[in-house]
This record gives sequence, structure tokens and C-alpha cells, in this order.
Amino acid sequence: MSGGLYNTHKGDFDTKKDLTKLRAYGDTMNDGKIQMSFTLPIKNDDKGMACATQLAKSMGLEEPNVAYRKSLDDEFTFYVVYGTCAYSVDYTKITVAAVEQDTMSIPQTNEFIRKNIGRKVVVIGASTGTDAHTVGIDAIMNMKGFAGHYGLERYDMLTTYNLGSQISNEDFIDKALEVNADVLLVSQTVTQKDIHIQNLTNLIELLEARGLRERFIVICGGARITHELAKELGFDAGFGANTYADDVATFFVNMLAERVKGAV
Amino acid sequence: MGKLALDTEKIKQARGYAGKVAADMQQFIDLHTTVSVERAVLRLLGVDGVNAEGVPLPNVVVDALQNADRLCNGAAYHVGCAVSHLNITPQQLAEGIDDGSIDLRSLPLIDREDAERAIAPYVDKQIAHIKERRAERTAYLDSFKESDLPYLYCIVATGNIYEDIVQATAAAKQGADIIAVIRTTGQSLLDYVPFGATTEGFGGTYATQENFRLMREALDKVGEQEHRYIRLCNYCSGLCMPEIAAMGAIERLDVMLNDALYGILFRDINMQRTMIDQYFSRVINGFAGVIINTGEDNYLTTADAVSSAHTVLASQMLNEQFALLAGLPEEQMGLGHAFEIDPDYPDGFLYELAQAQMAREIFPDAPLKYMPPTKYMTGNIFKGNVQDALFNMVTIMTHQKIHLLGMLTEAIHTPFMSDRALAIENAKYIYTTMRHLGDEIEFKEGGIIQKRAAEVLDKASELLKEIQDLGLFNTIQRGIFADVKRPINGGKGLDGVAVKSMTYFNPFIERMLNANEGGVKQ
Repeated sequence: MSGGLYNTHKGDFDTKKDLTKLRAYGDTMNDGKIQMSFTLPIKNDDKGMACATQLAKSMGLEEPNVAYRKSLDDEFTFYVVYGTCAYSVDYTKITVAAVEQDTMSIPQTNEFIRKNIGRKVVVIGASTGTDAHTVGIDAIMNMKGFAGHYGLERYDMLTTYNLGSQISNEDFIDKALEVNADVLLVSQTVTQKDIHIQNLTNLIELLEARGLRERFIVICGGARITHELAKELGFDAGFGANTYADDVATFFVNMLAERVKGAV
Repeated sequence: MGKLALDTEKIKQARGYAGKVAADMQQFIDLHTTVSVERAVLRLLGVDGVNAEGVPLPNVVVDALQNADRLCNGAAYHVGCAVSHLNITPQQLAEGIDDGSIDLRSLPLIDREDAERAIAPYVDKQIAHIKERRAERTAYLDSFKESDLPYLYCIVATGNIYEDIVQATAAAKQGADIIAVIRTTGQSLLDYVPFGATTEGFGGTYATQENFRLMREALDKVGEQEHRYIRLCNYCSGLCMPEIAAMGAIERLDVMLNDALYGILFRDINMQRTMIDQYFSRVINGFAGVIINTGEDNYLTTADAVSSAHTVLASQMLNEQFALLAGLPEEQMGLGHAFEIDPDYPDGFLYELAQAQMAREIFPDAPLKYMPPTKYMTGNIFKGNVQDALFNMVTIMTHQKIHLLGMLTEAIHTPFMSDRALAIENAKYIYTTMRHLGDEIEFKEGGIIQKRAAEVLDKASELLKEIQDLGLFNTIQRGIFADVKRPINGGKGLDGVAVKSMTYFNPFIERMLNANEGGVKQ
């Protein structure tokens, strides 16, 4: 194995930051260093390590270094690999769809609703489908909220219903009609084999089939949700990691206010 | 004398309130039965299999009883009538009802004592079988020397029983002591138990008797290689609690998630149904030597772990009292709690230590089940590994027994094989290097830890007093547990509850309660 405790290898790369050729950063600009770990279903020996190295090379790693390997079972071995990623990206050409807004505080949001909507806004949320986790929806809706951002239950001008987890899309829509909801919040926390995509798609399809899609503002959230994905699936917005109740509230009150204005 | 200087009078008082709550509820339980209780009786009498449409035969029989408005007499009574008149086995009866050759309504009714006599051979056979399974476990435990360290509890959740076996075998070799096969999401709301080996599930694998058998066989095999007994755990919760307990007893499961209140609060199962079901399921688990795990940890995923800590203790005391009524000795009570305080909370670790030590001192013989951080796991796997390490420290310092391994990838995906190996490595390292730390430490008199434990005990005692005055059903209706409110006639499964008639009997309850030798080997 090449390399050691101290790396004296002088790379012949340009250490000037170039946003058109953005590379991973270890400790020197443009060194391209990355770390990864994976398991191969083979026994732990030199041949296995050669396989791990080869796989890393195929992924675009130069000089891959298997820092650690360990048997998990007779025919399974875990590898931790470091290497230099040959690829770069052009930062200047990347565009992302994100909800762009100035997030309002709770008093601001309440005031905004009073002024622009003139009645309480009804929000219904659930973790739908087979997902048993309520962590996501609770973080947005519960009084206590998450990471210092209070949940929607704390807003005077919101009426909220948190249905919890494992709610079928059908029941969710029925309940939304029953409580005359303005906003539907769907959380997907832990998913297996991308079932959350099917489930989210199914909700939109059901709403469309019942002619209800335009009646509600429909938002999804969860660690693996992005705004881009949400839009693609037919939602009004998607909120991923590091977004909180106030971000979600700001979005839907603005959208609802637009609709109210449009209707007048 | 413990390290926390807990007020023993106060503990006694709180237990007294919990005992009263459980005793009051037991009066209600004793007057009722459910479809799932009766299906469990049928399973124990040897009824198994599915019909051409895939409906389990225990369901076929119980549906027939319900349609004939005879659920109130219990399945055992009607099986007794059929066995006595037609000279057939319970299984043949079920097949006959299914193909329409036997109509329950046309069978003459006999005295209860005669019905009891008619089915006695089937009852004896099953009681003997379960005793034998229990003896097998004891023999294994006697032949392998068990360490006194906490049991490392690992989850497999591939959805495919054969893939689960690969993962479970690897985990056992890495050091796992208990393998829990997570159930497919949604199974708790099925009012039947699926049949046969299954290869498709979401977020878990169907609990079926054949899946139990396959995993048991695999774990015995790897256990013999590793010279350790590998315990098998499943989920005795949802709408089929007693049936899963029966299947587990028959296939020698060792640990069952089996909470008295969980289904009501977190699965919106009707509270009357759950209370009746939990009783018979626990009678079976007690008799089979199964360690039950209670679900208090779940309270902390919805409510706040600092402000709601007393609800955990109150629920542990209720679970303890309900378990005692079902004949479960303390050695089989895996009372639950969890390491779920916000990492940003000042001195949060001290509060965790106080709560865990308190549970240890209040339930000295219970194999406490301790759950890892989940709520504040973020996807930062590096910090996650540290959170899990702190959790491991509390376990070893306070002698928790059933240690559910924290996964550094919690909140990202169901565990990879490597996630599990890293979790085991983390726990083993801490168990080794800190093995006797807890025994070396005393807590400062009147310090943060002692004061915290006293405060939680005080509040738990007040809460139990309130529950005693209100009654358990009213308490749940008011949302006192986990901030979840449930109506007494709401939720799923109420239509499966029936008031027992004078002829009703359940041949297993008395046999199991009386025969329980009490206590499993630790």
C-alpha cells in the first residue's frame, strides 16, 4: 500500500480554487480526496482487497487505499477506502430547484394570515403508507417542534391535525375533506427500496382521480425529499433535511394568499 | 441501598396505585374475550393452515362462530361439542367448517364439563409440547456458559425470511445475542396471521409460524457453532397478540415485544380489544418462558424525553402489574425505556444515567430493555456513532440487560450488514473497557442525578395516583400517555370483542397460570 501516516507526495495539481472544475477537498485545494466504505460478499483475503481496490478505481478513484478491512462473516468483508477522485463538476452550470423565500417568524406568519387570508388556515399532516415513523411529521407539527423551531400547533392562526403514522392515502384524503383542510403535509421518514416514491406518487394520482388536486396545497417532507423531486412528483413543494416548521408555514401561507387574491 | 437514595416508601406507594389500576382492569378483562383470543385457543388446540382462498383456518372457525353469534361461548366449548359428537380432531372440524360439511349451528350443545373433557387430550398435548420447548431452551443455556454482560439485540429487516437468515447468522457470529425479525409494516393492523414462509415485506418480514420455525432452526445452528444460545425475538403486538404468542410458544421464541398499551396509543387499536388480548398473550408468554419487552421507549419518540420521563416509569409500573396478573415473573419482564434526550440539552447524559439507574433500582430483577437514540439521529453517521457510544456507556454502567444496538445509520436506511457489525464493535469495546465502572461509582448526595431520579419518581407516583382515580380507560382518553388521545369505542378491532357467556371457558389460562414454574434462566 502506498501512503503512510504523513503524506509527502507532491501532487502536480493546481491548488487554485476553480469553480468550473470543483473537486473534493481533503486538506489541500483540488486534492480530490474522498472516503467511502462498503461490503463485498467475499472472504477477507488479499484477493478480496484487490477487488475492493479495483472497484474503487472503476468509481473514478486514483490511488485507492484500503485503509481498513474486516470480516463480517465467512463470505462478507467490510472495506474502508480512501482515494483521489478524478472527477470534477462545474459549479457555475449547476442549478437547483429550492423553495426560495424569506422565512417568517410565528408572529409574522399569524399576522400575515390575518391580513391576507382573514381566517384560520387548516393543516393536516401524516406519515402515510407503510412508514411507521412519526418523527418527521411530529418535528413539523408538534407544539415542541424540532431543533428550536416550534411546530405548527403553536401558531394561533393555524388549525392542525396530525394523524400520525401508517395512514393510507385514501384515509388521508377523506380526513382532509372532513376537516376542510387547506394544506396537506406528508412525511416519509425511513424507506426501503424507494417505496416512498411510489407512495407519494399514489397520493397525487388519487387526488387527481377524485378531482381534488387543485383544492389543496400538497407538500411532502423527509430526509430524502428534495424540492426538485417533490415538484417532479406533482407536489407544490418538498422540504428536506435542515428545513423546519417555519419554512413550511411561510411557503404555504404565501401560496394560499396568492390563491385568495386570485379568487377575488 | 441504591446509589440514588430513592424513597422506598414512595416506590411502594406508586406500585400500589399501579396494582389497583391493573386489578380494576382485570375485572373488565375477565368478563370478555376477543376473536384473536379464540383464534389463539384454536391454534393451541392444533388448528393450522389456510383454505383455498388463503384464509387461515383459525379465522374460518372464529368467523363461523361470530356469524352464528356464538363467539361468547368461546372456541374451546364449540370444538368440544364437535369433538365429542363427531369424533373428529379440531383440525378436521376447521376443515369441515371451511368446506361446508359441518355447520356449527347444527351441532348439539353439551355441558361445559363434557366439552372440557372432550378437548382435554389436545390441551394436554400442547401444554406438554410447550414445556418441552422450554426445556430445550434450558438445556441449551445449561450447556453454554452465558456471560453476565447485556444481551446485544440486533434487528434484521430485509422482508425476505431467507435473506433475514443470512443477516441474522452473520450478526450472531459478530456477537449478537438476540435477533429480532422486524415485522413488515402494517402487519399489526391485520386481523389474521399470514401463513407459510414469506419473501416479500416492507421494512420487515411477516411474522408467520413457518418464518419463526425457519429462523429458530438457523439460530440454533449458528448458536451451536458459536457455543452461545442465540435468542429469537418477534412482535407480539397489534390485532393478533395472543395468536403470535401461541405461535412463538410453539416454535420456541425467547423474547416478544408485548406491551399492554402500545397498540392503543401507537397503532390506534381499540383499547378494550388490546387490554383483553394482552392478558392472554402474556399468560402464554409467561408459560413459555418468553421474556416480554414493553414499549415505553415509544413514548419518548413522540413526547419529550426530559419532561415526560415520569410517564415512562408510570407505564413500566403498570406493565409490571399487568404482567404479574398474567403470571409473568419479574425475570421475564423486559421493561422498556430509551436514550432519547436531545444531545443539546445541558447535562442530558446525567439525566439519562439517572433514569436508567432508577429503573434498575426499582425493578432489580427485570431484564430491562434499553433502546438507543433514534429521534436525534441526523444522518451524520460520525456523530451518530458517538451518540451510540454514550448510550452504550449508560447500559454498562447501570446494568441494563437487553441492549438494542444503536445504528450509526439510523434515520437513513434499514441497517446494512456493516452498520450492524460497527454497532456490535462499538458496544463490545465499551463493555470491555468500562465493564465495572458502574460498580466503582457512587452518585453525589443531593446532586443532579439523585435529584433528577427523585423528581421523576415523585411525578410518576402522582400520575399513577391520578390514573388510579380516573381508571385506565379514562386516562388514555385524555391523552396522558405520549400525548396521544384515544376514545374508548374508537380504533380498530372493537367488533372483535365479545362478552363471555356462562358456558365460556378458555382451557389454557388456568393450566398455564398454575403450571408456570416462574422465571427464566438469566
